[in-house]
Amino acid sequence: MYTLTGLKLKNPTILAAGVLGTTGASLCRVAREGGAGAVVTKSIGPAPKTGHSNPSMVRLDCGFLNAMGLPNPSYPGFLQELEFAKNNSSVPVIASIFGGNPAEFAEVAEGLLSANPDAFELNVSCPHAEGYGAAVGSNPCLVEAVTAAVKDVVNVPVWVKLTPNVADIRSIGTAAESGGADAVVAINTLKGMAIDIESGYPVLGNRSGGLSGKAVKPVAVKCVYDLYTALEIPVIGVGGISSWEDAVEMIMAGAAAVQVGSAVYDRVDIFSEIGAGIEAFLERKGYSDIKKIIGLAHEMV
Amino acid sequence: MLPLNATITQITEESPMVRTFFFDPGFEGLEPGQFVMVWIRGVDEIPMGLSRNNSITVQKVGEATSKLFELKEGDSFGLRGPFGKGFTLPVKGEKILVIAGGVGAAPLSPYAEAAFVAGAEVHTILGARSTGDLLFEGRFDALGKVSVSTDDGSKGVKGFVTDILKSLDVAAYDRIAVCGPEIMMSSVFRLLEERHVLEKAEFSLHRYFKCGIGVCGACCIDQSGLRVCKDGPVFTGVQLIGSELGKYSRDASGRRVKI
Ligand SMILES: Cc1cc2nc3c(=O)[nH]c(=O)nc-3n(C[C@H](O)[C@H](O)[C@H](O)COP(=O)(O)OP(=O)(O)OC[C@H]3O[C@@H](n4cnc5c(N)ncnc54)[C@H](O)[C@@H]3O)c2cc1C
Ligand SMILES: Cc1cc2nc3c(=O)[nH]c(=O)nc-3n(C[C@H](O)[C@H](O)[C@H](O)COP(=O)(O)O)c2cc1C
Ligand code: FES
Repeated sequence: MYTLTGLKLKNPTILAAGVLGTTGASLCRVAREGGAGAVVTKSIGPAPKTGHSNPSMVRLDCGFLNAMGLPNPSYPGFLQELEFAKNNSSVPVIASIFGGNPAEFAEVAEGLLSANPDAFELNVSCPHAEGYGAAVGSNPCLVEAVTAAVKDVVNVPVWVKLTPNVADIRSIGTAAESGGADAVVAINTLKGMAIDIESGYPVLGNRSGGLSGKAVKPVAVKCVYDLYTALEIPVIGVGGISSWEDAVEMIMAGAAAVQVGSAVYDRVDIFSEIGAGIEAFLERKGYSDIKKIIGLAHEMV
Repeated sequence: MLPLNATITQITEESPMVRTFFFDPGFEGLEPGQFVMVWIRGVDEIPMGLSRNNSITVQKVGEATSKLFELKEGDSFGLRGPFGKGFTLPVKGEKILVIAGGVGAAPLSPYAEAAFVAGAEVHTILGARSTGDLLFEGRFDALGKVSVSTDDGSKGVKGFVTDILKSLDVAAYDRIAVCGPEIMMSSVFRLLEERHVLEKAEFSLHRYFKCGIGVCGACCIDQSGLRVCKDGPVFTGVQLIGSELGKYSRDASGRRVKI
């Protein structure tokens, strides 16, 4: 057992937001068959959104590009899915939410409370939804206000998910911490785009989108490394993790746990594989506990 | 993979609302029942079953398919795939029943052909609204027996494919492959469930696809949480017991919509 902001996880791997998180049943599948220690839902907002037109996700040689556009059925429409996940997953279920301002964030959080999510994750980091996500998350004052607004209305841990598309991610992390965040999650996708040279059309329906997968891992490791020094609260690492080695690297940079998104492309049971790999590594190296390697890279001078 | 550029080599009018678009280059080693994501540039990208290794057969229903119908031979679209899991091929000597409704005949015709080549005995139930809407009747005819139903009775049995199915001894078949409108598939499902032959049956499902590659979760079905785009689109009857089939699906926002 492993504790993260008070939540009990059977291993430190968590399903990332927006990946297989549209329905309660698929969240349960990732917990059951996938072996995830916890799961995060698709980001849910104040009103139904169909998202951007397709193509909304393509695989590249180095990773993935997506511009889903925060499709979601709104918080009333998602309640039954969240309830299903809570009742059937047997792992902590974290509700990812978004809004355009502090009041909207608080409204969505309150609206989902009746389903008893184990924590909230605030998406202030989606790079391709106008007025939402990174539009909020690049402004430290707004991040602090949004965090405080949600903290005001809920009694469960609040995590804040950060964007790497800023000059200094530490200032945003600090703002979340000042707002009362229990943890930060880094990183969301990096701005990116692909163009079809046969026609000249940008490939994504939204023209540009967010890069995830292998290509972003070094960026994520650096963000986590920087946040670990700047903050008191735990940092949850995400971005390009697809093996236990990637997870250990992220933990050594300072992550208290890891989230995995795009790598479910290869196999849904990636979580149990990573969890087991971390265990075996700790044993082989003689570490009594995962805590012994969190931020280890900072001590190597 | 980024979308490949596929050039339209030929367009065949199957019925007023259905056209087959042949394209180049085609796919090698296709599993019948797999699908492609068809990118009509500047409009949308939509899933389509492959009706041959170099063709899709499209019913005009909305914006993207209407734009596709404006394209001419020599024009091109983007293609990603083939994706997903197709139908299980029979072995020599097996008897198979193919149940195709409407444009559902598209992925089933290459399946029936592959089954025939493998040495299976193929019986097809082909249903459509009217004679003019019967899809690929000639292709199925060349493989074995075809039983036809039309809603208006203009050809074959007046009624639905299930009216033919009811009169058959389903236990006599080794495999049953089904694709068509969801209402049709769910009536077929119930009938096969009553006759205790679900373990022989496979159904090709439709759900709203965003990524098409198994990451986003838009297409997951209840209660299993299986992804139609990656774990399907073809599922065994057993996988669908107690599922949402015939009850509801989800729209682009993830909201439940009654079937
Ligand atoms: C695995 C699979 C195979 C398919 N094979 C065929 C085929 O061989 N021939 C054929 O004519 N049709 C096929 N379809 C259906 C086809 O994808 C939709 O009819 C098409 O997307 C309609 O697009 P539109 O823009 O013209 O219609 P719209 O006006 O946008 O929508 C009409 C309806 O089409 C469906 N649809 C729209 N976009 C999508 C999407 N991204 N994913 C899934 N459904 C969508 C929805 O049910 C919607 O209500 C298949 C669907 C799936 C999932
Ligand atoms: C298809 C897709 C949808 C996503 N949707 C969301 C979302 O709704 N909310 C969010 O905070 N992050 C979302 N993300 C970002 C991921 O949670 C994650 O931060 C990012 O993909 C990096 O991790 P990865 O490399 O393991 O995928 C999405 C990513 C992908 C690929
Ligand atoms: S459409 Fe994205 S998982 Fe199936």
